[in-house]
Amino acid sequence: MIALRNIQKTFRVPKREAGFGRAARSFFRREYTEIRALDGVSFTVPDGQTVGYIGPNGAGKSSTVKIMSGILTPDGGECEIDGLCPWRDRKKHVANIGVVFGQRSQLWWDVPVADSFALLRDIYGVEEARFQKTLRELTELLELDEILKTPARMLSLGQRMRCEIAASLLHEPKTLFLDEPTIGLDASSKIAVREFLKTLRREKNTTIILTTHDMADIEALAERILLIGKGKILLDGSFEELRKRHGGKKLLTAVVDGGTVPVREGLVLLEQKPGLWRFSVDPALLPVSDAIEALAALAQLRDLTVEDESLEALVLSLYREFRV
Amino acid sequence: MKLYFRYFAIHLKSLTQYRASFVLLTIGQFLTSFSAFLGIFFLMERFQTVRGFTFSEVLLFFAVTLLSFSLAECFARGFDTFSSMLGNGEFDRILLRPKGTVFQVIASKVELSRMGRLLQAVLTFGVAVGTGEGDWTADKIVLLALMTLCGAVFFAALFVLGAAVCFFTTEGLEVLNIFTDGGREFGRYPLSVYGKEMLRFYTFVVPMALFQYYPMLYVLGRSDNPLLFFSPLLSLLFLLPVALLWRLGVRHYRSTGS
Repeated sequence: MIALRNIQKTFRVPKREAGFGRAARSFFRREYTEIRALDGVSFTVPDGQTVGYIGPNGAGKSSTVKIMSGILTPDGGECEIDGLCPWRDRKKHVANIGVVFGQRSQLWWDVPVADSFALLRDIYGVEEARFQKTLRELTELLELDEILKTPARMLSLGQRMRCEIAASLLHEPKTLFLDEPTIGLDASSKIAVREFLKTLRREKNTTIILTTHDMADIEALAERILLIGKGKILLDGSFEELRKRHGGKKLLTAVVDGGTVPVREGLVLLEQKPGLWRFSVDPALLPVSDAIEALAALAQLRDLTVEDESLEALVLSLYREFRV
Repeated sequence: MKLYFRYFAIHLKSLTQYRASFVLLTIGQFLTSFSAFLGIFFLMERFQTVRGFTFSEVLLFFAVTLLSFSLAECFARGFDTFSSMLGNGEFDRILLRPKGTVFQVIASKVELSRMGRLLQAVLTFGVAVGTGEGDWTADKIVLLALMTLCGAVFFAALFVLGAAVCFFTTEGLEVLNIFTDGGREFGRYPLSVYGKEMLRFYTFVVPMALFQYYPMLYVLGRSDNPLLFFSPLLSLLFLLPVALLWRLGVRHYRSTGS
């Protein structure tokens, strides 16, 4: 169980000014800009839930994850994870969580992965029998058999990510934080990671907090979406609720030879490239057939596709709606 | 302690991946300190004594300093590259593990290539003892060991001090190398040869003289005050402000996330 109440975090960033004179002055008297990274963030996550934590860059996602994992201390507010406060009971708390940073490794670079795992066993003080059992399970599910003897630096990104995830689970944490776990992975590795996380949730009832920019991750995994922007939680709900509330829109892609873009209520131009227009159509305001008619009247249509708006577009329109 | 050896084993394994570079580094370390040794040798050849200390006596000062320094370096050099640990987020990783921060930084790096310097120090000890005419009673040997041990802890504390400063400046302060590498250089000779002011500085501010100079007087038979046995232990007081600054630094880091 994770509970955050009114978490506040402000960073002081020194102002860097252009020009030598100003730079010299700032050497002696620094001026700071205050950045409100988190402005009263509150939410609770029950055990076993998978939460997709989304928001544009700089919205406060990593700060929240860092606070929940005990790396950062907030300026104000309360946080309790399984009865512990991450920053006050750091050592006890971190023994209960696993953290994967997509862009940073936790493996020792020059030694075989198996050795890194063995050291982690000692750091977390995992019993040998338990460790062997967990390792066997992870090896099977993540197909690590052949790469355990390879030094981490010689792994491909996909292989490494599988090892990273295994490494963060060796001490069987109750809560797993994943920061961009699929960044830079190819399609098959992405799918392997997602499938594994689904299994983990099903079999171990692990609570998973996932930040990502890849909407396919969210779509495949998250039962619940938290949208953060400018340090505030803007939206909290299931994927279906989100779609119901903001969705139902259709995506219209037209290949044209020329003509003018029609202007109608309910028809929003998303993208305009030479010969390719993309619209979002809100059927509540404008029936799709009317939209097509309006388009055909003003432009030389060559091809036309109509599809459900993707989650990606949905999130983009949310960002716009909340101006983040 | 057991965990430290596990870390140690990992480093050893990593080393075998870069065998040639390890051998060359070790030889390089050996040669640089060897030139320091030669420096003393030629100087003493000219002047015979420095402030009343003979060649082999000076060598003993040098050996204690060098041995303490290289021991500290072997184990605590992780603090020397600490600014990069802060920069690349490795310190975040350390905070994510259920062990103490100081321990993890110490364990994060083992500089076995510094063995070259260590070997040099041991050899210097040998030469100093071999050419000197001191009678080696048990109490003197014990004191010498104590001096070396406290010296190693002291130099390690200096490394930690340098690292703790990084929390506030992000970049390390080069100035502090005056005390680490500089301390090693100064420690080649008895700290009294630099004059009263310097000796006072190295007694009260950076208490190097407490393990390098005063107790050595007992070892060399120039004083028989048994209180000098406590002198190296006193230098450990230096740990207190350093530990305090480290704690402050970790707290600062965790509230800025720099």
